[in-house]
Amino acid sequence: MKTLKNIRYSLIRLLLLLVLLAAVVAQAAEDPAKTPVRIGLTAVFLEHQRDFNNEWRHYLARRLGRPVVFVHRSNYDAIIDLLHEDKLDFAWLSGYPYVRHKDDLQLVAVPIYKGEPLYQSYLIVTGTDQKSRSLEDMRGKIFAFSDPNSNSGYLYIVHLLSESGEEPASFFGKAFFTWSHHKVVEAVASGLAQGGAVDGYVWDTLALTRPDLTAKTRIVSKSPQFGSAPFLANRSASPTAIDAFQRVLIQMQRNEDGRRLLKTLNLDGFAYGNEFLYDTIEKMSRTVEKQKE
Amino acid sequence: MISLKNLSLRYKIPLRIAALATGTAIMLSATLVYRDSKELRNNLISNADKMGRVIAGTLVEPMLHDDVWRVFEIINTPFHLPMINAVDADDEYILILNENNVIYASTKPERFPMLREPEDIDPRYIELLKAIPNDPRPSTEVVEPRNSENLFLLIPILSDGIRIGTLVMSYPKSPIIDHFIKLTEDAAMTTLLVLTLLLPLGVYWGHKMAKPLLQLSDVMRNVTPTLPDSGEIVVEESGDEIGQLGIAFKKMLAELKEKENLQQHVIASDRLAAIGRLTAGIAHEINNPLGGMLNAISTYKRHGVQDALTLKTLSILERGLLQIRDTVAALLVEAKARTRPFDLNDVADICTLIQSDVEKKQVNFTREIDITHAKSVSSTLVRQIIINLLLNAMQATQMHGHVHLNIHREHNDLLITITNNGSHIPPEKVAYLFEPFTSLSESGNGLGLWVVYQIVQQLGGGITVHSEPDDTRFVVQLPLPGIL
Repeated sequence: MKTLKNIRYSLIRLLLLLVLLAAVVAQAAEDPAKTPVRIGLTAVFLEHQRDFNNEWRHYLARRLGRPVVFVHRSNYDAIIDLLHEDKLDFAWLSGYPYVRHKDDLQLVAVPIYKGEPLYQSYLIVTGTDQKSRSLEDMRGKIFAFSDPNSNSGYLYIVHLLSESGEEPASFFGKAFFTWSHHKVVEAVASGLAQGGAVDGYVWDTLALTRPDLTAKTRIVSKSPQFGSAPFLANRSASPTAIDAFQRVLIQMQRNEDGRRLLKTLNLDGFAYGNEFLYDTIEKMSRTVEKQKE
Repeated sequence: MISLKNLSLRYKIPLRIAALATGTAIMLSATLVYRDSKELRNNLISNADKMGRVIAGTLVEPMLHDDVWRVFEIINTPFHLPMINAVDADDEYILILNENNVIYASTKPERFPMLREPEDIDPRYIELLKAIPNDPRPSTEVVEPRNSENLFLLIPILSDGIRIGTLVMSYPKSPIIDHFIKLTEDAAMTTLLVLTLLLPLGVYWGHKMAKPLLQLSDVMRNVTPTLPDSGEIVVEESGDEIGQLGIAFKKMLAELKEKENLQQHVIASDRLAAIGRLTAGIAHEINNPLGGMLNAISTYKRHGVQDALTLKTLSILERGLLQIRDTVAALLVEAKARTRPFDLNDVADICTLIQSDVEKKQVNFTREIDITHAKSVSSTLVRQIIINLLLNAMQATQMHGHVHLNIHREHNDLLITITNNGSHIPPEKVAYLFEPFTSLSESGNGLGLWVVYQIVQQLGGGITVHSEPDDTRFVVQLPLPGIL
């Protein structure tokens, strides 16, 4: 008799505990302050030291009042897929994927570089090559692209070739992707590739941090200006979350910590973007895709 | 130039030991260095092969996807990124060839650009590419082109058994050579160190080994002109061959010495005998006319003209002739006369006769006489022997000196020993001691010992002299006839 009573008490106690646990979990799920903000990062900016990434992450978390998680992937496609699948809240991507998936994505912020939300694509060759003057000189050569989803590191060059009815596969002796602007510079500097297309902002920033590397390359030509690689969010993302993140990014230039981080990023700040910034890219994208068809 | 053949064993043995030690050390070091270098090379190849296979395995995926950059990154992993580390070895690189043996990627893209044929860049590849087997097998080919300072490993990149490319690893041989040189230097140093410790030991052993031989050689060199006494011969007398040789040599020398002594003794006896015969002959020849001359003088004195001058002249002649007769008589020792046997009275007479000399020098004269069985020897002759020898002894000994006379029987001999502690007879004089007119003193006529010798000889005995400082000993041995 006594044991039966004991078991009943134990069961009640266990039940109570479970109810309590469920309540806590539910509260945590509802509380937006506890769910982390997931941000996808790509090679549109120079992948810095872990220290910097951590510092920036902490800064954003502090400002947002929510934990922040940085998600890295080896190529743009993977990040775009995660964004589509709602596994990311925000992603820093090239203008090219933005214009391709404009219907599903919305602009959050654009970086300000040299006072403008614009950047260029650089055509670089190995430092020993003093002859090449234009893309035409790259015919039959070995060429390094960054990512097939990159505007400056792929689309611009492909578009340029398409204008004269050329295709990378036939124009170049060999073309390959390094999946990162930084590695395009490395490929060209090492002599593996004789030429490459690289994000001008990345090359400029690299010239500050790794002058030895950029010194082994030479800029042959610079493209017209394009809209900078933007921070994007899923169409379905909550306006409040976007708002909060926008504010945090834009306010970076207004405080000491933010300015220090921006300096490392070699940026002036962030601004609300305008989709018209990406009209040129969109046009190029359409031309190229039409040609492909 | 000193021929090595003529070099003394004193140097030859240590030199040979040194040469042997050095040779052994060098051979040992060389073997170790060779083995180590070979092992290093095998290790290098084995490690490179393992690494190469791992790399080749990871290259399959990116190569199938034509991801040049990934391939480049992978092959650069074992090296530092070339642009970061500018001081990498020129001959240490990885090259990826595609299935058509065209360069796909390399860690030295500037030297081996993509899409080029490697044999256009480095003619050694003509030989290298021949080593790539036609059928896909997962074996590594190690190629060492002639006159090349590189070692090449060709590792196939296989995807489902199909060769999609080849991984070429080039290794400079210089680290192996450097290692070899370093090892050789180390070995040389160690060898030197060991030799500095071993060589003095070797030299010491060498000397020790050479010592008995050198001793023997020294002794042999000193054999001429005179054979050394056995006491002077210092040779190693151990059980080994050299020791045995030394002992045998010493024995041989002793025998030679004995033979030489015997020979000298025989020569001396022969000489004395010859002198004896000669003297006897001359004495006889002189005695005959001498007798006539003395007779003539005697007759003339009795019957001739008696003037003073003639008598004086004849007297001078007679005295001279008599002196000649005495001398000749002394030379011509005749032992034939049979007299009475020797007895104690003779000893007493002898003592009386030399008493004046004993007193003059205050010599301590001692006697030890046992002549119980000496009856059969002639008293006259023995007396003469003893007196002559005693007088010589008295003469030789200093004031307050010591002279001892011992007469006793030993076996079938009578032994007469006369000892004195006077000045000793030098060895070179001993050989001629018994020849006539050999005088040790100013006063004697040098016939005393000759007479003794002649008597002893005629009695069939022997006489020996032992002379050392403070101990000169004449031993006369006379056979006792009739005692058996």
